[in-house]
Amino acid sequence: MRSQITMTVNGAPIVVPSGTTVAVAMAIAGQTSRTSISGEPRGPVCGMGICFECRVVIDGKPHRPGCQILCEQGMDVNTDE
Amino acid sequence: MSRHPRQQFDVLVVGGGPAGMAAAVRAAESGRRVGIIDDNPAVGGQIWRGGSEAGSEASKWIERLQSSGAGVLRGRVFQQPGLRILLAESDDGIWELAFEKLILATGARERFLPFPGWTLPNVMGVGGLQAMAKSGLPIRGERIVVAGTGPLLLAAAAYLRQHGATIPIICEQASWGNLARFSTVLLAQPDKIFQGLGLKGQLAGTRFSASSWPIAADGRTAVESVTISRRGKPETIPCDYLACGFHLVPNIELPLLLGCQIQNGCVRVDDFQKASVAEVFCAGEPTGIGGLELSLVEGEIAGLATAGRIAEASKLFSKREKLRRFARSLDRTFRLRSELRSLPQPETIVCRCEDVRYSRLREQPGWRAAKLQTRCGMGPCQGRICGPATEFLFDWKPDSVRPPIFPVRVESLSGLTGDSNLELCEITGGRS
Repeated sequence: MRSQITMTVNGAPIVVPSGTTVAVAMAIAGQTSRTSISGEPRGPVCGMGICFECRVVIDGKPHRPGCQILCEQGMDVNTDE
Repeated sequence: MSRHPRQQFDVLVVGGGPAGMAAAVRAAESGRRVGIIDDNPAVGGQIWRGGSEAGSEASKWIERLQSSGAGVLRGRVFQQPGLRILLAESDDGIWELAFEKLILATGARERFLPFPGWTLPNVMGVGGLQAMAKSGLPIRGERIVVAGTGPLLLAAAAYLRQHGATIPIICEQASWGNLARFSTVLLAQPDKIFQGLGLKGQLAGTRFSASSWPIAADGRTAVESVTISRRGKPETIPCDYLACGFHLVPNIELPLLLGCQIQNGCVRVDDFQKASVAEVFCAGEPTGIGGLELSLVEGEIAGLATAGRIAEASKLFSKREKLRRFARSLDRTFRLRSELRSLPQPETIVCRCEDVRYSRLREQPGWRAAKLQTRCGMGPCQGRICGPATEFLFDWKPDSVRPPIFPVRVESLSGLTGDSNLELCEITGGRS
């Protein structure tokens, strides 16, 4: 069995299997990746690091492409406002 | 942030998909010092994402790459600071990559076309949703409408269904006439027809509709239904996801930055996959959308050519020509119909990064004016999503690319070393 990763998404704890991307963790938690400049909620689109719609704040660093980053133990992910 | 030790390669390969892997394998097996730089957690590109079963074609190439001696680096190339040097940004620093010969295997992305509701969460690309599923997104029991155009629709629908999703319908914008002519081409390609038959088995009982496309997606906080035009009649279908993509466009930003000649949106190469710039080769989707087999053979030719093994490379020409014929038939079959130009409504967002709406764009005379007047294409994707859309909608031609070709941290640009707490900056987005 794959190991589990415990992390927080918008302040709430979540457990995901290792190998899960941050974009997927956000989706599992039911959270929006980012809010667009006119206030729309946005989620992943291209899934391959091109569109930047899944960009999130990871451990305080903004604009990280969630679909290209694997979840890590203790990671703190937040919606990119 | 720090600068990694400078890397020196005989052959540097940008992109670790099938073309890049095949190129690296053939060059490294010929004794060249080879490095691959790729921005994903693992090599394999989009098609081989998410691991591979033992004995599969993917695992054979991955094993061969591992034993070839080629090095794999993770990072995203953003600039060419000097002759035969590229800079790439990684999570923890900057790679300075020096090379004698360069093979560009930068792959392709999906083409997205705007329609009302396409910016709702859970409306994704076809390959996009498949990539998410391969990265752990639970799809068992989810209703996924698959729409757009291209062979990816069937392949992705089969994968999604195999993993427990319900596919209410597959909507292909191409007509039955086009698809029938395409099937005739398939008959000339035995391995393709098996592929087709295999998919047919996996998709038994799934509704497939030609001359059909989405006209609107609706939902409160995420997509809840999609309305399709099915041979001229609207039909609303409840769903949890809409996977929608209109075939593929080559990633030519890096080739453009290096000055490679482009023809019909693709990098122009000679028989040995050599581009118009000295010591630069190109293989796979950037030379024209052709799929896995063509990418592999082009990669092999490029890899052999960089190692000077001209005779062996030449032996692969006839195989490549056959696959290129198939590629040309893809273009004809899945050509976008003009009705798709009238999908966006005045308030429909076309540029997702900057929320620029159709009504503002249709007043603009061209891409450059649109960028200056509306900020269309000026966000972090740098027009990679809205560029191909506006090219189709308005016949706008994208202008030249400028470094950095991806948004990077400010310290990557200034070449600062040592620890830095500088905020990430959307260099081209401007709204940091």
